[in-house]
Amino acid sequence: MSDNNKGNGASRRSFLRGAAAAGAGAFAAGAARAETPDPLITQVQPWAQGFGDGVDETPYGLPIRFEGDVIRRNVEWLTADTISSINFTPIHALDGTITPQGCAFERHHSGAIELKKEDYRLMINGLVDTPLVFSYADLERFPRENHVYFCECAANTGMEWAGAQLNGAQFTHGMIHNMEYTGVPLRTLLEEAGLDTAGDLKDKWVFVEGADASSNGRSIPMEKALDDVLVAFKANGEALRKEHGYPVRLVVPGWEGNMWIKWIRRIEVTDTPVESREETSKYTDTMEDGTSRKWTWAMDAKSVVTSPSPQAPITHGTGPLVITGLAWSGRGAITRVDVSRDGGKTWETARLAKPGEKMALTRFYLDTDWDGSEMMLQSRAMDDTGYVQPTKTQLREVRGLNSIYHNNCIQTWLVRSNGEAENVEVS
Amino acid sequence: MSKYLKSAALLAILALGSGPVAAEKLGLGRAALPEEIAAWDMDVHPDGTGLPVGAGDAIDGEEIFAEQCAVCHGDFAEGIGNWPKLAGGQDTLDRDDPLKTVGSYWPYLSTTFDYVRRSMPYGNAGTLTDDEVYAIVAYILYSNDLIDDDFVLSNETFLDVGMPNADGFFIDNRAETEYSQWSGEPCMENCKDEVKVTMRAMVLDVTPQEETSAPAQDAVAEEAVEAAFDVELAAEGEKVFRKCKACHQVGDGAKNRVGPTLNGIVGHAAGAVDGFKYSKPLQEVADDGLVWTDDELKAFLAKPKEYLKGTKMSFAGLRKEEDQAAVIEYLKSFGQ
Repeated sequence: MSDNNKGNGASRRSFLRGAAAAGAGAFAAGAARAETPDPLITQVQPWAQGFGDGVDETPYGLPIRFEGDVIRRNVEWLTADTISSINFTPIHALDGTITPQGCAFERHHSGAIELKKEDYRLMINGLVDTPLVFSYADLERFPRENHVYFCECAANTGMEWAGAQLNGAQFTHGMIHNMEYTGVPLRTLLEEAGLDTAGDLKDKWVFVEGADASSNGRSIPMEKALDDVLVAFKANGEALRKEHGYPVRLVVPGWEGNMWIKWIRRIEVTDTPVESREETSKYTDTMEDGTSRKWTWAMDAKSVVTSPSPQAPITHGTGPLVITGLAWSGRGAITRVDVSRDGGKTWETARLAKPGEKMALTRFYLDTDWDGSEMMLQSRAMDDTGYVQPTKTQLREVRGLNSIYHNNCIQTWLVRSNGEAENVEVS
Repeated sequence: MSKYLKSAALLAILALGSGPVAAEKLGLGRAALPEEIAAWDMDVHPDGTGLPVGAGDAIDGEEIFAEQCAVCHGDFAEGIGNWPKLAGGQDTLDRDDPLKTVGSYWPYLSTTFDYVRRSMPYGNAGTLTDDEVYAIVAYILYSNDLIDDDFVLSNETFLDVGMPNADGFFIDNRAETEYSQWSGEPCMENCKDEVKVTMRAMVLDVTPQEETSAPAQDAVAEEAVEAAFDVELAAEGEKVFRKCKACHQVGDGAKNRVGPTLNGIVGHAAGAVDGFKYSKPLQEVADDGLVWTDDELKAFLAKPKEYLKGTKMSFAGLRKEEDQAAVIEYLKSFGQ
């Protein structure tokens, strides 16, 4: 393992340098015709001669060391320390739609805690017929469901309000992951405790809070609580990771990640919202006139080209090029993604890998032929409400520059003729 | 809320929701005891619901704040470095980079009480008495010029305090202001006359570099020969120390926080960092001459609460011996 980072780091560096120095001309040879026989084919290679690892070499496998740079990264200057902080999913290097747990972004308010299943308790109290306490084992005895949902931090792309700032899709759009969750509908648990006491449910809320020291708490309207919120204990088939709330977290489909309470310990039915710190002082969107929008829970439709992008330059020269990216909407399913190569003058409709699913990531591809000329790459998502992802200019016209949260603007990558890409803003 | 909940869909959902419920109960879980609910149900609502009986003023609060909060938030709640500023910023919300503090932005005082009691002090949450929370909240209000120093904040006077930005919020109106204009068939051709790059991320140059750790490792190996300690192990220790960082500072400019600074701690007498208020048990063993040798530190770090009953250090411990050794090695790299 010791040469793990060495190999990756060196290759990436020299590779970018090489790309910059060589320019497009060097690539143009394109259509391959071998001059001399390839020793990787004509000579017997060590891996084709001896043994590889036996079974059990890695009882729980990690990605091969050559992929060691596909990892979460943080931006140190964003936060005061790593305990109350965030890092970013390497979306530039992933494909498909499911985010592996090991590289799915983390956001903690007082660190990722270790909480054993045996020590786990979930309390339901407040305006319920019988306040209850569930153990982890109790939760596994309720009928459960499987759903794929994205979880996006409301601050995703938040550093880009005032201008192009961070140079990489991981940093501009990586506060997102998409997993298949297994869990019990919150509705089932609320009904187990009984909601007759609550009376008219229309104006009721649930307050949910975590077991960690920050005890992050959020108020959720009863309508949402009874609709599709899950109390989840598995992601992508296996137990949640510690950093994502093991053993149990809340899944609030389509709504901002801060509401997806990790290590959830308590659910209280109330008749007013708590107006906690995370729903007043944070996660509220300040407009140009200084007033602020609150209860902006749903994440609007958004998309980004993940490759090519600043961390994933074009290295193969002209010819066939796969442009790909992700699209999602917290208010429904993605129905269409358009891609522009000229900064929004003309658009062509990309191919969706699969029909969009509600509140889950959708992968899009534009299979094209690149002539080596400069591109201003953009993508524009549409969802089944008819909503069209706005430009940054459109967003600023309504909200000004100080909103921080819920920036779902169209992103532009300037791809140069040498294949390198940069985060830019265009007129 | 009302707009949000008026939809027909909602009524349908709720109608389904309350009907056949009782029959489907599985009888799982057990009844929560009143003591259990009291222990966890601590949220405080804007109308004061949930406030405990208690009181405190800014004069008491100043002292508690200096001890418990100032290391991050500053003596005057002005915030240190990247840590949150709690005071100031009034009349900045409509400017570039508004300063959002309790005084300038937070609409409800209940939020401050709820949050301080729930989550603070950072790294030692849930240790304040209710009176201390009232006093700290009073001091934050005082720092924002919202109360006089003789005002006693209590469950009875709580709603007398006016918050400047109480009317500064409105409920999500994206449906009216945004969804209606950003929908329909979008432009596909000749959508703009010309496109110019107006801003570039590379100009700012604030993106983290993908550093290769290889050269660093080589350098580390060389240094290791010179220095008398294991630098690779110390590098591991730096990672382990992340668990300690919330409470302990090391290096130049280190200050006492929830825990004392740890510069020069290995091999040093216990309980001797200037200006830090140690727990009684620690002070006692320090008076008996305890020195933080490698072995003593290992034993302490393995199970702090067993090693020293009554220690203020609320850390669960480092189970792995290699983690204990690594973090000690790391601490050796910081002299007095």
